[in-house]
Order: sequence, then structure tokens, then C-alpha cells
Amino acid sequence: MDNLSKAQSEFLEMDEIAAEKSFLHQLHPLCKLLVTLTYIFVVVSFHKYDITGLTIMILYPILMFQAAQIPVHLCFYKLRMVLPFVCAVGLVNPFLDHVPVIQIGHIIVTGGFLSMLTLMMKGCFALMASFLLVATTPVDSLCAAMRMIHIPDMLASLFLLTHRYIGVMLEEVSVMIQAYSLRAPNQKGIHISAWGSFLGQLLLRSMDRAQELYYSMLLRGFRGEFLYSDVPACHMDSVLYTLISIGFFVCARFIRITQWIGNIFVR
Amino acid sequence: MIEYKNVSFSYDAQPPVVEDISFVIHKGETIGLIGANGAGKTTIMKLMLGLLSGEGQITIDGLPVTKQNLSQIRQKIGFVLQDSDNQMFMPTVYEDMIFGPRNYGMTKEEAEKRVDEVLKQLGLQNLKHRYNHKISSGEKRMAAIATILAMQPEVILMDEPSTALDPVNRRTVIHTIQSLSQTKLIASHDLDLILDTCERVILLSQGKIVADGDCETILRDKKLLEENRMELPLCLQSRHC
Repeated sequence: MDNLSKAQSEFLEMDEIAAEKSFLHQLHPLCKLLVTLTYIFVVVSFHKYDITGLTIMILYPILMFQAAQIPVHLCFYKLRMVLPFVCAVGLVNPFLDHVPVIQIGHIIVTGGFLSMLTLMMKGCFALMASFLLVATTPVDSLCAAMRMIHIPDMLASLFLLTHRYIGVMLEEVSVMIQAYSLRAPNQKGIHISAWGSFLGQLLLRSMDRAQELYYSMLLRGFRGEFLYSDVPACHMDSVLYTLISIGFFVCARFIRITQWIGNIFVR
Repeated sequence: MIEYKNVSFSYDAQPPVVEDISFVIHKGETIGLIGANGAGKTTIMKLMLGLLSGEGQITIDGLPVTKQNLSQIRQKIGFVLQDSDNQMFMPTVYEDMIFGPRNYGMTKEEAEKRVDEVLKQLGLQNLKHRYNHKISSGEKRMAAIATILAMQPEVILMDEPSTALDPVNRRTVIHTIQSLSQTKLIASHDLDLILDTCERVILLSQGKIVADGDCETILRDKKLLEENRMELPLCLQSRHC
């Protein structure tokens, strides 16, 4: 299987993972969406040097991966293309910020180094939480949840259709690359001279496919508004999950839990 | 009853794809639409569904195909696309099947009941919760037909229903078409399939109707078929008899 076919099948696999039946999968999508948004907001709000405060936030994704019965490594594997970019964001900070913040023995840790670490952690945590949401909630349930918080229907439909069309586009790219490589056997990748026509063809083919799909939807009564899957009623477990999770985030943000635990041992 | 009256269609400033065609399809008929590539078979179907608009008049049960009537018309007509991948856009067969009925106002329970009935009718119960990307082309074609039947259309249009199917799957599709009581219009190059399923054939050439009549009479007319870039069905060619 070539890389693109693999990427395509990995992408489609997410629907299957989202349709599992664990505790987290069965919670109300709106609760999961709210908790995830709050988590990301809280993680991002930590001060750039507050590495100890931020560390405690890893508990949420780790516990939830267990609850969802999804191995953590799957998240890192699926996000392997994005993670290096997230980690690269803070790489220049050590060169820009030389202010000493901590001294560990003879080693002085500068503010730049700490802010680089916190930026990386914030990025990774936010990605893990987003992955967790997508891996435990089918896309149409997610869109239904978006509609519940009054995100315009146009945006929710756009989100859903983009998700569908990514698969279509990957399929087209895969077919085109296969056809190209079969006629360019000793070539690695696509030669620069073919990039223009390749992209043009890809656009035309994807548009054709997208139009056919759209026709198919129109002919089955689609009038611009998706009838999302019926979202189950919000049970007590979903409410408890939301309250406990958000309560934990607020505590972790305003109470220095790690410092408090550390003090117990130091004393 | 479906009526085409002097219908023409052309893409901007290009020669007409369909030119001044008129014909009537009566309730319950199964009609084969045959012709070489580019003869206008798919265009005729798309005009009926209002996906393209041309000159002349098309009426479905007296209802003209206009923007105002599209919703009513599309509820009456099911269109099985040539490429099932384009038809199946939801993650699972079940979600795809429920899409149409739900959009036309059916409750989830009613739609689910309908889905189960159609799957049972086609013997596809095992496909219900399968992922579309994990089923074979033959299963996908049958699932595509099922998504259309779930809408309980009065008319079924099929564009090349046997393309890319192995003999067994092709035979399954033929049996399915034979078992459906609705009015059917089938566009295909597979003249054996047309012979097996249709009682009437419309032969198109360069956007015009060159023959309209009894299926067997037209499909046995070697001269007529060859003049219009077609061949006798394999089963009627002497070496295959």
C-alpha cells in the first residue's frame, strides 16, 4: 500500500474508532465539546514560565484515553505529521529570551527555554484533547453539538463536508500518483515540471467528484441543512463528567497542585 | 407518466448533446436507453431530475420539471449513479440509506423500519452497519440501489448499473432490477443486461432518438445497431448462442 492509500485508510479509520462503545464514546457530544474547548482554553491560559502548573493538565488526556480504551500511542501515531510543527513553534524562544528563571545546581534555566517547553506542552496537550474528541465522537454528532451551541449551520455543514471531501481528495491524489509512478518508474516523487498540471488535474477531478456527490445529496432531499444523527439525551453521567472535568481544570489553573504536592515531600 | 416534449440541451455554445427529443414513458415500464459514448443517455436522465436544464418540456405525472417542483419530482425519482463511490458519501451503509428518508421528513423509527425492509428485500442485511470504504464494488453497487429504494421512488433511473461488476454481481443486479415493480429507465452499454431487463428500448445517436420500440426487435437489428456504433448483444451473436 502506498503512503497516500495508507493515509486515506487511516483517515477513514477515525470514523470506526469514533463509533466504538466505551464510557467516553457514549457521553453526550455537547458535553465532550464543551469540556475539550474549556481544556484547551485553560491550557493555553497558563503563564509561559508556569511549567509546573501546566504539567498537571496532562492528567486529563491520559485518564480519558484510558476511559475511551484508546491507546495513547495511537494519538501520537495519527498526529505524527502535525506534532513536529507544534514542537517547532517555540524553538527560537531560547535565543530570544535569556532571562535566568531557575537554577538547578550549576545549570541556569533561561526563560526562553522554559517558554519553549511550555509552548510545546500546550500544543501537544491541545492536540491530544482534540484527537480525543474526534476519536470518541462521530463527526455528524460533533456537528450536531456545534449546532446546539448556535454555531451557524453553514459552518457546521462546511465542517462536515470538508471532512467528507478530504477522503475524496485523498482518493483522487492516490489514483493520480499511482498512474504517474507507473509511467515514471525510476523517479522519486513527482517531477517539478509536472506539479502544475498535476495540481490542476487534481482540482478538476476533485471538483467533478464533489459535484457528483453533491448531486447525489440533492437527489436525496438535501436542502443545505444536514439532519444530523439523533443525539441521545444528556444523562447524569455526561453532566457529572462535564462538571468534574471543568472543576478539575479550574482547580488546576488557580490552585498550584504540583507545588502543593511537592511541598509535602520537601517538608 | 413521464413525457419529454421537444427537449434539447447543449453546454454553452457547443453542439447540442440532446436535440429535439420527444418520448413518453408509461407507469411500470422498464426502458433501456442505449447509444454510443456521448450519445446523451446520462444527459437525458439529468434533465429529468432537474440537474441540468434545457429547452422543451419534461413532465412527471403532469408536473413540469421546474425549480419550484424539484423537491416533489426528486422525491418521486431515484437515481443510481454510474459510480457508486459518488453515491455513498456517509460512513456506513445504514447512514447512507437513512439520509434520503430523513431528509424527506420521515422520523428516525420510520426510516429505520424502511431501511430494514429494503435490506431484507435485497438480501443485504449483513451490509447494514458495514463501512462504505470496506465493502466490495459489487456490494457497494447493491447498497447504492438500496439507498435509492429506501426512498420508495416511483421511478428508478440507473446509469450503467453493471459497470465494473463481475459476472455474479452483474447477475445479482439483473435479478434485482427484474424484481423491482417501479418504472425504470436504464442507461447502459451492456445490451445483454438491457435484453434481460427491459421491454422497450430507446436508441440514441448524437443526441437524437434513432429508434424507439420493442427491446428484442431493436437489439436483433444488427444493421441499425452497427450504424449507431453498437453491436448485437453477446447472447444474440451466433458464436455465443
